[in-house]
Amino acid sequence: MARRVGMEVSIAISEAVKLANVDVISAYPITPQTHIVEHLSEFVNDGELQSAFIPVESEHSALSAAVGSSAVGARTFTATSSQGLALMHEIMFVASSLRLPIVMSVVNRALSGPINIWNDLSDIMAERDCGWVQLFAINGQEAFDLTLQAFKIAEDPRVLLPVAVNLDGFILSHVIEPIELLEQQEVDQFLTPFKPVLRLDPDKPVSLGAFGSPDVYIEVKKQIEEALIGSQKVVTEVWKDFNRLFGRNYKPVESYKTKDAETLLITMGSISETAMMAVDALREKGQKVGLIHIRLWRPFPFKEFLQAIKGAKVLAVLDRALVPGGVGGPVGLEVKSALYGKDTRPYVAEFVAGLGGRDLTVETFIEVVEKAERYAQKQKDFQYELIGVREK
Amino acid sequence: MAKIDALMPWREVPLGGAILEPGNARKFKTGDWRSNIRPVTDREKCIKCGLCWVFCPDMAYAHREDGYFDWNSDYCKGCGICARECPKEAIQMVAEEE
Repeated sequence: MARRVGMEVSIAISEAVKLANVDVISAYPITPQTHIVEHLSEFVNDGELQSAFIPVESEHSALSAAVGSSAVGARTFTATSSQGLALMHEIMFVASSLRLPIVMSVVNRALSGPINIWNDLSDIMAERDCGWVQLFAINGQEAFDLTLQAFKIAEDPRVLLPVAVNLDGFILSHVIEPIELLEQQEVDQFLTPFKPVLRLDPDKPVSLGAFGSPDVYIEVKKQIEEALIGSQKVVTEVWKDFNRLFGRNYKPVESYKTKDAETLLITMGSISETAMMAVDALREKGQKVGLIHIRLWRPFPFKEFLQAIKGAKVLAVLDRALVPGGVGGPVGLEVKSALYGKDTRPYVAEFVAGLGGRDLTVETFIEVVEKAERYAQKQKDFQYELIGVREK
Repeated sequence: MAKIDALMPWREVPLGGAILEPGNARKFKTGDWRSNIRPVTDREKCIKCGLCWVFCPDMAYAHREDGYFDWNSDYCKGCGICARECPKEAIQMVAEEE
């Protein structure tokens, strides 16, 4: 039976990777991801996990080695953060284009500069368009569960794309939470060995990563795009399977107290739980406020999103990354484009907050809701507002 | 630029643009954008050492049974590496005839 233990979230993720029985771990340590790979290297060293651990000299190499090992058909894991993810940038596109089901934990941290080790989503948002499936955990249990699910999603022959499991640096990665771990035989029921469709094999030679001239480039891109959009069906199936076996239900878009809600907060990641407390506080005062948080960021679940916001008059989007010189943050952009073309649409107030680890408290969310409602009443025309910035 | 024989619809493209048939670059004939010079070998000087065949970046030389090397216009770009590397100066780059 499942064990419920108090455990640091990073260690729980390494337990999930161990339970997934990976063949290769290729990683370079970076704060705040370090504990995940540190713990995995201990597992390998102590013989608790029969995997190859490749201690590379950079993140560019970490993902390059992962590409190689995944291409021969090995179940492959890596993890990184911030500058490390930025250094992986060019290989991110190679991994998805070669259709390699690598799983990576991205422990979200602000990008330099100024240099900063604290949490926001600027690292992963700079990789938004890399063609990976991208999931966001809101707590330690989700980080554990999503890591296991990620292998099953990535390796499904209908998907064959890398998956990034995002979790907030420090706020999640370094916090001890009660986590229900699964036993090996339970995981083995859920996650069967990886059967590659195509792999590098001397007995049956193929070339992966060949030149794509203008005659074929678009067709390859179209294939990847269809696989990414189609992955949502597989994600849903995997979550249904997980729920059947272990009783924890996951959805692409989650709703909290949205019934009869007129104003909805829209969040991603661990701040969603803080935002829920703000919703509770506002509900106690009689305000019709709810929350939705997006778990499946790529592919973006448009249908589920539109369903979840049905009936709402005001949307207060809280982004933790900035699209410089644009219209706010990436979530706001997505929300606005999802609504464009709808006959009736709620008023969208876009806020950017929490950059570089600035605290986001219950009060912040209450402030955001109140502002959004006030701006909606006046139909204020604005692109976005940066919350918490000192003006003097 | 030469066209690829089979231009497949996107659903039929091998996974991620993989190449399933080893050596099929041979079918991709690129000699039509050769510069306006081509190599000519003087068989009197040729010692059959094969350096032209070794150094050719486009594998435009083929080894014949009698030991000489045949040049193939389907792949040669006219780069002149074979002429430069030939230890007997047996290869001359000559202007293409119109």
